[in-house]
Order: sequence, then structure tokens, then C-alpha cells
Amino acid sequence: MYSQWFRVDRESQKLDWSDLMNTSDKQEFTITAYTENHVGLLHRITIIFTKRKINIESLTTSESETEGIHRFTIAVTETLDQVIKVVKQIEKQVEVLKADYYTKKEVVQQELALYKISTKSLTNGLEIERIVREHNARFLTIEEHFVVIEKSGFRRETKALFDELKPYGINEFVRSGRIAVSRQRDGIGKDVEKLLAEAEA
Amino acid sequence: MGTVETIEQSTKQKPKTTKRMTGAEAIVQILLQENVDMAFGYPGGAIMPVYDALYDHQDSIHHVLSRHEQGAIHMAQGYARANGKVGVCLATSGPGATNLITGIADAQIDSTPLVCITGQVPSSLLGSDAFQECDVLGISMPVTKWNFQITKAEEIPQALAKAFYLARSGRPGPVVIDITKDAQFEEFDFAYEPCTSLRSYKPKPKLDMSKVAEAAELINNAERPYVLFGQGVILANAEKEFKQFIEKTGIPSAWTIMGLSALETDHPLNVGMLGMHGNYGPNLLTNECDVLIAVGMRFDDRVTGNLDKYAKQAKVIHLEIDPAEIDKNVPADVPVLGDAKESLTELNKLVKPNSHEEWLQRFRDCDQEEWDKVIDEELHPKSDVLSMGEVIRHINDVTGGDHILVTDVGQHQMVACRYTKFTQSKSNITSGGLGTMGFGLPAGIGAALGAPDRTVVAVVGDGGLQMTIQELATIYQTKAKVKVLLLNNEFLGMVRQWQQLFFEKRYSSTELINPDFQQLAKGFYIPTAKVTERENLKGAIEEFINYDGSYFLEVMVGKENNVFPMVPSGSGVAEIRLE
Repeated sequence: MYSQWFRVDRESQKLDWSDLMNTSDKQEFTITAYTENHVGLLHRITIIFTKRKINIESLTTSESETEGIHRFTIAVTETLDQVIKVVKQIEKQVEVLKADYYTKKEVVQQELALYKISTKSLTNGLEIERIVREHNARFLTIEEHFVVIEKSGFRRETKALFDELKPYGINEFVRSGRIAVSRQRDGIGKDVEKLLAEAEA
Repeated sequence: MGTVETIEQSTKQKPKTTKRMTGAEAIVQILLQENVDMAFGYPGGAIMPVYDALYDHQDSIHHVLSRHEQGAIHMAQGYARANGKVGVCLATSGPGATNLITGIADAQIDSTPLVCITGQVPSSLLGSDAFQECDVLGISMPVTKWNFQITKAEEIPQALAKAFYLARSGRPGPVVIDITKDAQFEEFDFAYEPCTSLRSYKPKPKLDMSKVAEAAELINNAERPYVLFGQGVILANAEKEFKQFIEKTGIPSAWTIMGLSALETDHPLNVGMLGMHGNYGPNLLTNECDVLIAVGMRFDDRVTGNLDKYAKQAKVIHLEIDPAEIDKNVPADVPVLGDAKESLTELNKLVKPNSHEEWLQRFRDCDQEEWDKVIDEELHPKSDVLSMGEVIRHINDVTGGDHILVTDVGQHQMVACRYTKFTQSKSNITSGGLGTMGFGLPAGIGAALGAPDRTVVAVVGDGGLQMTIQELATIYQTKAKVKVLLLNNEFLGMVRQWQQLFFEKRYSSTELINPDFQQLAKGFYIPTAKVTERENLKGAIEEFINYDGSYFLEVMVGKENNVFPMVPSGSGVAEIRLE
């Protein structure tokens, strides 16, 4: 758990760089940033990735738990070294209050997928109903010509449902970006609240 | 990110009594309140209301009309670097704004405070590919500290207050404010309050005293400590504290090109220049020190060479204002985050008086070797061909080292920075990070206007000069007393040197068949002279420096001279070559 090491006390703990430099393997990270809600900030943040030729696998923005503060959730597969540098560059942006990163094990994460199939394939037996039940998915809507199935879960779970439905014909498929909350008791949201309180004072 | 909120939310500002005026007039009022007495720019359709408002304030804001927007922004850079104020630059939409980009990128990488105000097509036309429309916000975002587009006059006070605050605070940088033409015309109730803080922005990290103590402990126990200093010392106005620090600890100190002039050249602990064309000892001994103390610098690749062979034996202490610079290139054992002035003040209380005579002697020995193999010949050439170094030596002799040196980019830049003598800070203005050819002449004009009491010598090569040569007209129009020294080798010298050393002398597109620079200077009504023989050099330079006003001096130097020492690209600092 390198990131535990490097992240939790990035400023006060001694970093073991010899280990870090050997961590050249890419792995899945979730980057979170708490920001002002301003036009152009999305571009400013994605530039940081473009400049280093890092592919953003998904990016979601939404409100956060604090009123008026937005939250970016960015999924990347990168080396720890690069991720740390990117997070520092994100936090350096004037309108970013706080940024941090997490390994797969440090977050509870979810994605949402929608599958559109023809109503006809549903009426050709009970197979689809069984598949939907077994995958803990649900019918979002049933229309005359099509039905929409909704499934939330990990990438592999939404993928598994996709694979099973595929033989029956999927007319449209879409999956949302990753959303994630940290497993720490107080995520960086607490730091943000503190920052805001200081600014208020 | 659908909703657009005003920037009020993130600033704490209480408006005062208001006065009704147009957006354009408000912009000028804000410039006055921010103590702007000079702005550099070029008018055009979308910025005309602002220029019209400036017309009524010519006594208080001197607008310098360049001949190209790139010239204007380099002037603003030179102005800011020479006198420490925010440089202000104005341009119109579309090509006016895009012509600023090179200078903005230069200011971003060299941390120069700028506020650039660009006109934009009326808000009703945004996105319609209107005449001279360009996405200035998008195009400038990667190279600005912050940028903002104003579409309503009421946004002007807070956006510009933020712009000036962000440009000058913390690690300085360029800010772009893009203002639609309708917002410039629109009338509104104006009130202004400068910005002093933003909730999402921390200009200076809070100094961690435990890190200061850790750093002091390392320094006190070091046998061969070594200081590297950069522009952070100058930007924090920490020259005095820095000198106290090295004098108390007796640590040899070397400079990056951006840190040059923060410590006077003749100081016994100033051991010289770092990097690719830096001095021999400072590079070689980087890999022999036991504690490396970096102050306000960012370990650029031109300073470090191959990182795998850089100071691996040393404990690294990094004094730096920008957290993103810590561990970016060279891992820091002890990061000391904070403003250099504050960090050094605290550090000075904890370090013990010391001297490192034996260690310092190593630098002097290296100096001697470099003198014998490189410097002596460069400053006192035995051949008939004039060298760049001897020209710089004569400049030093005449000014005594109290002039401001402005350089372009290339061989002349390295030679001028290596051999110019400095007696005071903020005296070296060069394009360090971006390496922008064409920077020297306009930056020299800006410096001369920003520091009118100082002698400003802009040293340029024949390549770079021709990239912004039109600004000679700005010299004539503004009467800026900049001394332009052209070191003419009829080559793109630095590229030619690389072709000679690394591309088997295949001089692909580096020889310049030049115009008659004497006729050109005359055409721009600037007093001019040309030196081709050594016997005329001294007298010509005396005339050049002592003339009351701008002067253009061209010196024909060796066509195929090289700059040494050199750390070849990809090599470690200890693999520095003297020949």
C-alpha cells in the first residue's frame, strides 16, 4: 500500500523514494478534487493530463457534500509517481481547494450502466428476466419497442451483464464514469470544510 | 458544470460607493488604482473602447505601442522583471491575442507577473466564428496561472482585482482577462476593492518549523554542503537573508540562470553558474557534495542533466514556495515549503557559524582549470577573431557591473550570463525556461522603461534579433534608452554548435545571409556603429554605454566559436566537457 504511505502524511512523513521510484507499474487510481464551480476549470484540469499524455478513463463532476463546492472524480491507470505529480498540479490550480488520490482498495466505487434491448427479445421466453434477476439489475422502463435495463456495480459486473445480454441483441449500451468515496472516516471533505472555515474567519 | 456563477462567491469583497461609468473606463480606473503607470500593447477592433478610455489618462498611464503583440508582451515581461511590478499588456481579439501566447508561456515558465487584457468579440457573437474571434480562454489556459472571460461590465472589478492579486502573489505568473466588446461599452455602477485573498488559493504555504529544524540539523552536520539558488530568492526579495545564510554557514553557492544577480558576482562564496553551459566546478562538484540545499529553484533539466546521475550521494534540502515543485524532478529529503524570505529568516536562526575552506578550495581549483582551458581564451583571445566573451568583458569594464543585462536566446545568452559582472539584484533578464528567441530586444525596451535610472544592455544574436527587429521602431517612438548589442556571427550559433558536435558538421539551415544591420538601425533613426577589428572595440563600447540614449552596436564575432564548458544533453553533470 504505497499510496497509504505517501498520501496520508504526504507533508509530515518521510517518503521512501527508493520504493516509489521502483513503483513503475501502472495501476488503477481514483483522483478526487474539491473545487469552485467555475467555467473552464474542467479544461484546466484535463490539460494537466494531456500535457503528460495520460489517458483519462472516466471523469465525473458533481456537487459535493459542501454547498457551492464541486467535486471531480477522475479514473486513471497510471504509475504512483505520475499520479502524485498530477494531483499536486491539480491542487495548484487557483480554483481547486483540495485534491487527493486513492488506490482501488481505498475507495468504495460504483459505475452505472444502461442497456437498451428490443421488447421482442424479452417476450421470447423467460431468459432475459432470469439474467436481470441474477445480476441484481432492474428494468428502468418497458416501452412498446424497447426496454431499458439498469445495472450499477463494478466494471466487471456491468461487463458480465453485457456479455450475457449480447446474444439477445443490445441496441444501445452506455456506462457512466466512476464515482467513488474514500474509505477513510473523514475524506478530504473535512480538509475542505476546514479551509472554508478558515477563509470565513 | 452547468451553472455559471459570478466570482463573488470565492472572494470576500465589500463594494464601496459606486460611480456610473462604462466597462472600458472602469478598466482604466482599476489600472490606476493598481498603480499601473505603464502598459504595453497594440490596438484593434475588439479592444478599442479600452484604448478610447486610455486616451483621457495619457498623463497617468503611459501606453507603449509596440510593432507586434509579441513585442508588447516581452516588453511587459522586461518591465516586470526590472522593477518588480506587474507587467500589463493589452491586445485585441483573435490574432492580437494569439500573438501574445509565446510571451505568456514564457512568463508562465519563468514566473513573471503579468496581467494581459484581451478584447473579445461581442458576447452575442461568441461561438459564431465571428471576425477575429478566437477561443482565447481555451488557448491560453495551459500557459496561464489563471484566466477569465468577462461578458458583463459588472464582472470587471472583481475579475481584475483577482487578476492582479494572482499575478503578483505566491509564485507569480501571467493572468489573461478576456473582455467582450459589449462589456467594455456597457455602463454600470463601478466600485473597486483590491483582492487580498481567495478561499481556494494559498499563495504561501505555512512554514513548517520542524522541517526548518531538520534542514538546519543537516546543514550544521554537513562536511561538503552546497547551495543552489534560483529566481525564488529574487521573487521573494530575499537577497539579504540569502546572503546572511551563506555567509554564516560558509557554503559555496551556485546560481541557475534565473537566479543570476541575486548574489553579486564577486562574492567569495559565489562559485558560478549551474547547468549545461555553466561553470566546471558547480557542475562537477554537484556529485561530490553531501548536502545539497536548493533555494527557490526547480531543478530544470538544463540544470540537472541526466537525473539518474544527479547528486545521488547527497541529502537534498529544497526550499520552495510551490508544493508541486517538491519531488517533481529531484526527490527532497527535507522539503521546506514556504516563501524564501521567511524560510531563510528562520533557518538563519538555527544554523551555526561555519566555514568550509577546504571544500571551497575545490571550487577554486576547478575555476583555475576552467580559466586555463576555456575562460582565458574566451576573454582574452589570442586569435584575431573577436570573441563574444571579450565584448562582455569590455562592457563590465565600462559599467562596473551595475547595468541590467537583457539577453535573447542562444550562444550570446550563455556567454553574456557566464561573464557579465553583477553588483545588484534584478539585473539579469533572460528567457530561461522557454528559451524564446526574439525576447531580448523587446524585453530590453521594457526593462529600460521600467528602470529608467539604470543602464540597460540588451545583448542579442543575429538570429533572435530578426525575430522581433521591428521593435527598433518602438525604441525610436518611446525614446527608451536601451543599448542594443548585436553579437553577429552570421549563424544560428547554438544550433550550429550542436550540428558540429552531434550531427557531423551538417550545417542544415543555420547559416544566415543577413541584411545590413547598420542601414536598418539608421532606418529606425538609432545611432549605430559596427566593430570588426579588436583595436576599435574598447572605444566603441565606451561610446555605446556612455551615449545618452539608445544605441545600436554591432560586433562581428567568430563565426564558428563554441560555448564551453558543456554538459551534453543526456549526460550527467559530472560528465561536463571543457573542450
